[in-house]
Amino acid sequence: MNATGIGAAVKRKEDFRFLTGQGTYTDDINRPGQAYAYILRSPLAHANIKNIDTTAAKAADGVLAVFIGDDMAADGVGGIPCGWGVNNKDGSAMAEPAHPALAQGKVRYVGDQVAIVIAETYTQAKDAAETISVDYEELPAVINMEAALAGGPLVHDDAPGNMSYDWGLGDLDAVNEGFKNATQVSKIDIVNNRLIPNAMEPRAGIGEYDTATGEYTLYTTTQNPHVIRLLMGAFVLNIPEHKLRIVSPDVGGGFGSKIFHYAEEAILTWAAGKIQRPIKWTAERSDAFISDAHGRDHITHAELAMDADGKFLALKVSTKANMGAYLSTFATSVPTYLYGTLLAGVYSTPAVYVEVKSVFTNTVPVDAYRGAGRPEASYLLERLVDRAARETGHSQVDLRRKNFIPNDAFPYQTPVALAYDSGDYNASLDEALKRADVVGFEARKAESERNGKRRGLGYSTYIEACGIAPSAVAGALGARAGLYESANVRVHPTGSVTVYTGSHSTGQGHETAFAQLVSDTLGVSLESVDIVHGDTNKVQFGMGTYGSRSLAVGGEALMKALNKITDKAGKIAAHCLEASEADIEFKDGQFSVAGTDKSMAFSDVALTAYVPHNFPHETLEPGLEENAFYDPANFTFPGGCHICEVEIDPDTGTVSVENFVAVDDVGRVINPMIVEGQVHGGVAQGIGQALLEGCIYDESGQLTTGSFMDYTMPRADNIPNMDVGNTVTLCAHNSLGVKGCGEVGAIGSPPAVINAIVDSLWGLGVRDIAMPATPQKIWQAIATAQTSQAAE
Amino acid sequence: MLVKFNVNGDTVEVDVEPRVSLADCLRDVLHLTGTHLGCEHGVCGACTVIIDGEAVRSCLTLAVQADGATIVTVEGLSNDNALTPLQAAFRKHHALQCGFCTPGMITTAHALLTEEPDADAERVRDVLSGNICRCTGYVPIVEAVLEARAAYANPDKADAS
Repeated sequence: MNATGIGAAVKRKEDFRFLTGQGTYTDDINRPGQAYAYILRSPLAHANIKNIDTTAAKAADGVLAVFIGDDMAADGVGGIPCGWGVNNKDGSAMAEPAHPALAQGKVRYVGDQVAIVIAETYTQAKDAAETISVDYEELPAVINMEAALAGGPLVHDDAPGNMSYDWGLGDLDAVNEGFKNATQVSKIDIVNNRLIPNAMEPRAGIGEYDTATGEYTLYTTTQNPHVIRLLMGAFVLNIPEHKLRIVSPDVGGGFGSKIFHYAEEAILTWAAGKIQRPIKWTAERSDAFISDAHGRDHITHAELAMDADGKFLALKVSTKANMGAYLSTFATSVPTYLYGTLLAGVYSTPAVYVEVKSVFTNTVPVDAYRGAGRPEASYLLERLVDRAARETGHSQVDLRRKNFIPNDAFPYQTPVALAYDSGDYNASLDEALKRADVVGFEARKAESERNGKRRGLGYSTYIEACGIAPSAVAGALGARAGLYESANVRVHPTGSVTVYTGSHSTGQGHETAFAQLVSDTLGVSLESVDIVHGDTNKVQFGMGTYGSRSLAVGGEALMKALNKITDKAGKIAAHCLEASEADIEFKDGQFSVAGTDKSMAFSDVALTAYVPHNFPHETLEPGLEENAFYDPANFTFPGGCHICEVEIDPDTGTVSVENFVAVDDVGRVINPMIVEGQVHGGVAQGIGQALLEGCIYDESGQLTTGSFMDYTMPRADNIPNMDVGNTVTLCAHNSLGVKGCGEVGAIGSPPAVINAIVDSLWGLGVRDIAMPATPQKIWQAIATAQTSQAAE
Repeated sequence: MLVKFNVNGDTVEVDVEPRVSLADCLRDVLHLTGTHLGCEHGVCGACTVIIDGEAVRSCLTLAVQADGATIVTVEGLSNDNALTPLQAAFRKHHALQCGFCTPGMITTAHALLTEEPDADAERVRDVLSGNICRCTGYVPIVEAVLEARAAYANPDKADAS
């Protein structure tokens, strides 16, 4: 390894601009002649639009235009598409109601887009929007999933029963057989609370139309510019790719919420063409709460069948997943292919069956949020296994070890479609047990009890599927896009390098980690490498950043391109050094002839490629630039063990996270500092979900947690210090052996926290606690348990 | 209204509507886009700037209130090509990821350590808990601020400018 190559904890290249206020986020960009937009949103969860009167708004100071849904319909603008088709159990297609960018005839959630007002200044646009008179005929709203399925008001006339699909996976007969043979069954009813992603940078965009070239440009806060170009160009606005440019500069966090094609993107781009001026829009935080796709929101019943020895025989899961009012871009894949397929977990359960009903409600659309389906799977499984251990008299560690997929079983075919390539679940459990000083727990617990407190320990041994995914598999499972990645490596004449990657960064540090791959492979310094992403006019093509795929898929594409570079450079060196290709060795940036002192620096080879006076013209073209596309052979499967220790004050219900240990197997680590940072951030979001965050709608569909005053974000005084470590098994099917680290924290941590709380309160008779486990809920659970015990 | 104040060492005069926030004035009128808006209701701290030595939410401050004030934004903390010890500690500890909350974290920590160079970990956590970061989990931010204390105990080193 060189000092800046694979495995080095080098400091980030991107930090200087961020630390000095010189980053360029979308809202930092201003275009000549730019106008400003305000999006008028529905204040009602469900209503027919009888009439919209924009006369006063159009006449207001500075207003350039006002558009409503009818205007877009008149131009033949299409609806916002869903990117993943899921079939029902009977093979029929899911219900997929139209999703107009600006509401047409009906609004379906508080926040639904009703009109765009464009003016010389933002305040003029906002003031004018207040004069728009919308005649709403309010309809009963349906918020609760159970009510929606039980004959509640229809969100869409063409989605009977408010269901998009009723999907199933697994061998139901085998599962039923397992339950028949079971001596012990543990059951759980569980809610995965609805979350609001809240990346710190609100979404923003600038639409622009060039009358001279007929080219549209959209600056937007997206995780995947090419996906937006494809979806918006081909399905919504009918603009061919060569006339549509998507630019996504520095992105201030995404966590999934900036994957999706949002209505505002299409509205801005279309409207820019109408008024032939650039139009800028920036979400206020209150817009973000009611228009960024929310996450999670599952209700599940599950049963685990075991034999007398605690061996898992079968698992049966029934889940309802909230879609909100419309199908967001990848919403349909989250509770199916990213959830149902993970329900084997790290266990060798021979039979698993899962059914998922996806439900329309009058709420903000729900889609992928950090982990996307996998946190829901790990939360369910690890809460159920925790309960099974308590009910069967096993220790948490023993029941898990007894059922782990053994190391010699890889590649391991699960009963729910996935084939795990590698893992060592005992190794991460052992390491976590050591770091968490589980041996000393009883003494710490006794000390807490002497102080009138309760102490608990919670485990989570989880797995996830990352690096999504093989295109062929994704296609067979309903994806309407490929899931490969691309890279272009352009070596310049003096040996510096520009990489164009189809991945993108929302803060993960790709400009550093990808440059480390280049430095490692070509022997050049990090300073001589630039990573370019986020602009469809610069980058050849790409699928973007999500599902912890950037390194496992984008990094592999880069390695393929780099290998083509060293291959060609080796041929050029062989020519210049008058040696055969077979005798050329490449190390630390030097090509040398084996067994001689003849050598040539990489930068000299690059110069020769561009100043080809002495060059093998008969076999090679001048220049040194290579492209590669990489489509992975399988998902990657990071996994690990999280252990959380809490202390609870039973008088107040207050939880203190005393220790949090995360031991993750993310495969080979390229930059340990960045990996640790990803785990820290993921765990903080997981602790947030477990203890603080929860989205609440009232019965009429008003979001009551619509600001940072009402929705509790984790802050510096909520998040403990963490002990983060790694065990390593290499991914078996990519050259780097990497698995992905962006989501492990958010996937592994929530069950560890809640299991710790349940552990601390089990002796008081508390059997369950719902997320977020607020002091009020905990206090109430203790009080209820004690009342019922007293009554017995 | 005409408003005159000093920002990052330069005296500026701007003509703004009375309802314009200092954050919007800095970003849209003065093009100092290092100050970010994360919530516009004073709860996330991303827009924190230093006014007359105190950390202040520029989204809750009207530009006209800044008349006569001395303002330091993230752009004013360092020279063009050198990180301050505080900024360098952020980089060393990987205390930033997407960078969006970072200017507010830096200005908040700078104001704290200028006043209290001996702030302990609990005090640092308490003060930083007014700022939201969605990426880092805060652990490295606290570490960075604690490490930077040494430079503030010796004020010559704290500010490269």
